[in-house]
Amino acid sequence: MDSNSLYYSLELVAGSGSTLNVEQRTALQTSLVILKKNYKFRRVLFWGKILGLKEDYFIAQGRGEDEMQDKKTLYSFNCMDWLLLPPATDSMIEEVSKSAKGRFVGDPSYVYEHFEIRRQGGRDDALQKEEIKVNEESRLAVTVHQIDKEASVVPRGAFIKSPHGLVQVNRSFGGLSHAEAGKLDNFFHFSEAKNLKKKSILEMSDLNPAIDFLDVLSDDIPKGSWSLQLECASRVLVLRSLLWLGLTFYHVPMTPQHGYIYIGDGTKNLDLPFML
Amino acid sequence: MDTTDGNQDKSEERLLSAASLKTFMMKASTESNLNLYDHLTCLLIKVMDEQPQNVVDVIEDMSRDVKQVCFEDNRSTLRDLPQTTAAELLAEQQRLLFSQPEETDQEEELMETPLPNVSEIGFYMEQAGVGLGREEMQRVFLALKQLVDSQALLCCRLWGKILGTESSYIVAEAEYREGEEEQSTEEVAEEEERKADVRENEMDPLPHSTYKALPAVPKEALGTGANKFLYYVCKEPGLPWVKLPSVSPAQITAARLIRKFFTGRLDTTVVSYPPFPGNEANYLRAQIARISAGTQVSPQGFFQAGEEEGDEEDEAPRDSYEMNPDFEGVAVAEMAESLSTWVHHVQHILQQGRCTWVNLAVKPGEDSNEEGEAEEKEEEPDEPEPEVGPPLLTPLSQDAEMFNTPPWTSKVSSTLTSQHAVAVLRSNLWPGAHAYACGKKFENIYVGWGLKHAGEGYIPAVPPLAQREYPSGPDITEALDPSVEEEQVLKEALEEQQADKEEMEDSDEQEEEDDD
Repeated sequence: MDSNSLYYSLELVAGSGSTLNVEQRTALQTSLVILKKNYKFRRVLFWGKILGLKEDYFIAQGRGEDEMQDKKTLYSFNCMDWLLLPPATDSMIEEVSKSAKGRFVGDPSYVYEHFEIRRQGGRDDALQKEEIKVNEESRLAVTVHQIDKEASVVPRGAFIKSPHGLVQVNRSFGGLSHAEAGKLDNFFHFSEAKNLKKKSILEMSDLNPAIDFLDVLSDDIPKGSWSLQLECASRVLVLRSLLWLGLTFYHVPMTPQHGYIYIGDGTKNLDLPFML
Repeated sequence: MDTTDGNQDKSEERLLSAASLKTFMMKASTESNLNLYDHLTCLLIKVMDEQPQNVVDVIEDMSRDVKQVCFEDNRSTLRDLPQTTAAELLAEQQRLLFSQPEETDQEEELMETPLPNVSEIGFYMEQAGVGLGREEMQRVFLALKQLVDSQALLCCRLWGKILGTESSYIVAEAEYREGEEEQSTEEVAEEEERKADVRENEMDPLPHSTYKALPAVPKEALGTGANKFLYYVCKEPGLPWVKLPSVSPAQITAARLIRKFFTGRLDTTVVSYPPFPGNEANYLRAQIARISAGTQVSPQGFFQAGEEEGDEEDEAPRDSYEMNPDFEGVAVAEMAESLSTWVHHVQHILQQGRCTWVNLAVKPGEDSNEEGEAEEKEEEPDEPEPEVGPPLLTPLSQDAEMFNTPPWTSKVSSTLTSQHAVAVLRSNLWPGAHAYACGKKFENIYVGWGLKHAGEGYIPAVPPLAQREYPSGPDITEALDPSVEEEQVLKEALEEQQADKEEMEDSDEQEEEDDD
């Protein structure tokens, strides 16, 4: 959620149970302004909080000219001193998915170890032990990357893609109507589209290439991996991801206000198919 | 003359052709009911009005615009149906929360009220980083007031909120009042069974299953164990509160095995394996009981054990406590530092699904607690080992670690002004359960999905082995066909036997004759 409307937005997503206390909010108001200046971001988002066993990670995201490509993620423990997270590479994702298990600890230098036993040439005696070591900072980077990829949400029309491929905030976005806001079809994943190329020409003909350049939430598998509700006296539309428990998105219909926040333990809900 | 006539003729002719062209142009289209003449007139008027540059290049677009306007005009004659939004409907419901009470007596106000100070709790909760939002908290506060007034409750507490996929539940905990009776669902079930029996008698009797279910563990009486408190839920503040049914041990044990999201509708059936006995209201109640037992904590010394126990039966777990009037409060830093300053004040639920163990080997009919325990002491040979959980007011430092994660995370709400901070405790076993303590005040709240932390991944229970269709015995096992030799051997043997028998009989007869 945009740092400029943080106070207001936090109040709207508080229905999920987690908020920030006043000290943290005020600290963020100060530090995110400095962050924006130092890193020359166009805008800064407060991304959320990952709960560790000892300490919690507060996460902010800076956006450049292209909202989708120019992203930088930073983390902090006290909401004041921010540290840059490395971008998640494919090899890092693979290593983290193999070794990192359980809850976050709250120490970026904590090392997760994983032994992989490989059999060479089919002979039993030639076992090779391979050790994979991953520190928690890279796990954090990968987790933030994955949540952004699988669960970041924007309403339809809030972002536009220019013919040059630049993704920017749509200044003329006036919000979804009450009827539109009740349907998952009008919400997009804010990450590179994957399902769009698989669509038939018939389905594509209805789409507006400037707006419909993202994947629709209603195509997610399994069906029902989003919980859509009206909250705050039914004025605010709230979407909760059931795959990443803790991700809450809000949109006030008929206004351009929208945003999402993740406050959770940073583990994916792999039991989802059993739970619906 | 000729020329003038010719001119006249020509002009007449022209007029005529013009007229015919005009009529042609004025012919209405069968599809759109427009005609070209009017259309061109409109188009030219539009051109004259707007006077755009390079008219000739954009005339097609303008023509289309003109047609579109006609179409829109037609559509606008439809009357707009006013749409009622969910917000409007809810606002009507919530208006009642804000109605002014009719004259309240001053004396009554001074008396201790069962209504908790939710605003204060909300303030401390916000320090702890938990909450429902300030406005929502105020609405919940008013809804609780409505509940207390309508149900005349003795004591009431905001238990928390359970999120569902379609809507959420706000849960209020109320103390059980003496004499309050609940129509037990078991009786209803029995009645239904009887009805079913009657029906079966009428029909063709079907083969009966020989399967006998294990004896059901009896429910705990209202006001004790897992049924110590009553719970009311509502979907939104302002909507009616619904009382949850009491929980049975079978429901608790089944709820331990399944992992399901709540939908937000109390009457939905819980589709799961192993099957859950009851609908979502029962499931909700079972989860509330489990969460309460696991996560309701208080600072050590706030409660003390009730006076009446500890004398006769040492093994019987304590089930009551009272407020300690001498409680001074524990320093916040100390509370955040060590878990031993916190204690559980809700009884542990045993494997059996009850807080107090009941002996199932005892004949049914004597299911009251005391009798069960009395019989326990007689020590029958095949007596099962009685289950004993940790006693009430056990410190949290004795909680078991599961899935390599410590069960609790504690911290101070503020690092900058730690003098006035509150100690915050967060459960890792039940994500969403929080507790705070500050001086003599403490509170527990749960806001979450109502699910326990499952570690690496949930593994559903495997169905039991299929029962055998028939008991296997010598009469139905298939034997190998005997060969000819074997048959002959058998035949000879039989003949010999026969011969022996005859001989025997003969001798018997002889003997009999002798006897006579």
